[in-house]
Amino acid sequence: MASVAPEGGGSLSVADLQGSAKRRVKEGLIRRAFFGAAAMSVVINLLIVVSLFDGTVDFLSSVDISALWADGWFPRRGLFDVKTIVAGTLLVSVVAMLVAAPLGLGAAIYLSEYASRRARRRLKPILEILAGIPSVVMGYFALTWISPTIMQSLFGATTFNMGAAGIGVGILITPLVASVAEDAMFAVPSSLREASYGLGAKKRNTTLKVVFPAAVSGLVAALILGLSRAIGETLVVAIAAGATGGSLFSLDVTGPGQTMTAAMTALATGSDQVKGASEAFPSLFFVGSLLFFMTLSLNIVSERFVRRVRRKY
Amino acid sequence: MARARPMPGATTEAVKQALRGQRLDVRGFVFEAALLVALLISLAILVTLVADVLRSGIPVFTERGGDFLTSNVSSLPERAGVRQGIYGSLTLMVFVILLAFPLGLGAAMYMEEYAKDTRLTRIINANIRNLAGVPSIVYGLLGVAVFVQLGAVQGITGGRSVISGGLTLAILVLPIVIITSAEALRAVPDSIREAGFGVGATRWEVVRSHVLPYAAPGVFTGTVLTLARAFGETAPLILVGASTGFLATGSAGFVDTLQGPYTALPTLVYDFATRNLRAFKQSTAAAIVVLLGILLLVNAAAIILRNRYERKW
Repeated sequence: MASVAPEGGGSLSVADLQGSAKRRVKEGLIRRAFFGAAAMSVVINLLIVVSLFDGTVDFLSSVDISALWADGWFPRRGLFDVKTIVAGTLLVSVVAMLVAAPLGLGAAIYLSEYASRRARRRLKPILEILAGIPSVVMGYFALTWISPTIMQSLFGATTFNMGAAGIGVGILITPLVASVAEDAMFAVPSSLREASYGLGAKKRNTTLKVVFPAAVSGLVAALILGLSRAIGETLVVAIAAGATGGSLFSLDVTGPGQTMTAAMTALATGSDQVKGASEAFPSLFFVGSLLFFMTLSLNIVSERFVRRVRRKY
Repeated sequence: MARARPMPGATTEAVKQALRGQRLDVRGFVFEAALLVALLISLAILVTLVADVLRSGIPVFTERGGDFLTSNVSSLPERAGVRQGIYGSLTLMVFVILLAFPLGLGAAMYMEEYAKDTRLTRIINANIRNLAGVPSIVYGLLGVAVFVQLGAVQGITGGRSVISGGLTLAILVLPIVIITSAEALRAVPDSIREAGFGVGATRWEVVRSHVLPYAAPGVFTGTVLTLARAFGETAPLILVGASTGFLATGSAGFVDTLQGPYTALPTLVYDFATRNLRAFKQSTAAAIVVLLGILLLVNAAAIILRNRYERKW
């Protein structure tokens, strides 16, 4: 039994506690493997930026710069009017936000301030299921239900129109807006609410004049994040907005139009169009970079706002 | 004496009334109702969507039975089926499970268990969050540039193949897997880890035997929900060449199949919806029914398995 005690009269050295060399080597290897997995995210990010940049340079060097400010987006004819697809994207996003902001914020305020614990447990799954609907399904719904029932009968729109696409995108991003907004309101300490009630304020006034201002950065973040998602949303627009071949500059929600993402799917699916003009395919990367930097800047701004809420409480 | 004391019930009522104010709080009631309506509109949309899809899709199943599930892609709506789509989607999911889940969990373990708060860690963290916000169609561009067009890689992936599609989807869901796994790991209390360190375990031993078992239900649910999201993802697959046309149905070798053209269930939905919609409306709806049915199964399985797992701990 004396052999258990370390040599040198009972005092332990650091080496004794480190365990066997084999164990340490294994530990180091595992650590490095996990680090490699984490570092993959940096590699992927770099790959995205490099491939977008590379394709964009290819495109810009092969195309006449004047084609970027022309009469519409017609890749087959070599017309790549940036303002057409950016305006289309913004129009769809604005319609989407008109739907998602009231629905998402309203649901968030109700769930965080008014709903009892039980009602919350029953109502929250509505948003969770809605969040699980694939965007291609929402695209079909926008074309076959929203377009005839809302846009065509109320606004006299054509079958394919940007309004129906915008409403579809709005429904799609509502759960995201609601969930980020609810987190923001949840982060407001209940002492603020109690102080307000203590002064005799009603629930509505407490919600609107105490909780809402306290959570406002988070609510703004929710809206910006929703906008970023709306800009990048693809399938709903590709199916419901029409304009597969190309589109003239248009700001009419009742008619067809082209967004950045829809232009990209159109370029990728119509193989005849892509193989026809040599610069049409690289234009995918040009539009992609535009999209990437728009959503990236919105995401960064939204994160700033979220951090502000976190710092405050 | 008893006569001078008012009825206790009346007192309570009088005090209540004085506190509530004189009038009924109509505005407060309207406000609360409006918030609830926002939530109920989401529910109404969900119900309408499902009912609309079922109404158009169910006749296909009643007329053709299981034939729709076992038929191949066809230009005739009455012969078109989703067999290849289901097969393609399942193959894609194998890639996601084999690549994204181990990598994502590894990265999450590094960020939560190993990484110290250094500059490098913060950079990796920012990269992961940025990746989570990149529009899915941009991942499609990454897939085109790296897996389809890059000469050296093309030899392995075979260009626009199911391998390229699977790799692209795996990269797309990686940040979500990391974030959900990291959340589950973070929820394990530090005392569990300290108990492990206290008996001389190395970090990996602590993580494997103490942290992971506790975090497993959370990690599992998160990853399955991610899988559901990947299953419905369409935009990147359209770019990385999931065929929206017709597929050869001859028998080919295993590797040839992996390097060959493919399609996926959501891509088929897109394909049907953007063809002659009048002819293909029922087929589109039927394909959506299959898609939503599979998603429902996956989610239900996640919930059931999680509940069973959680009871153990």
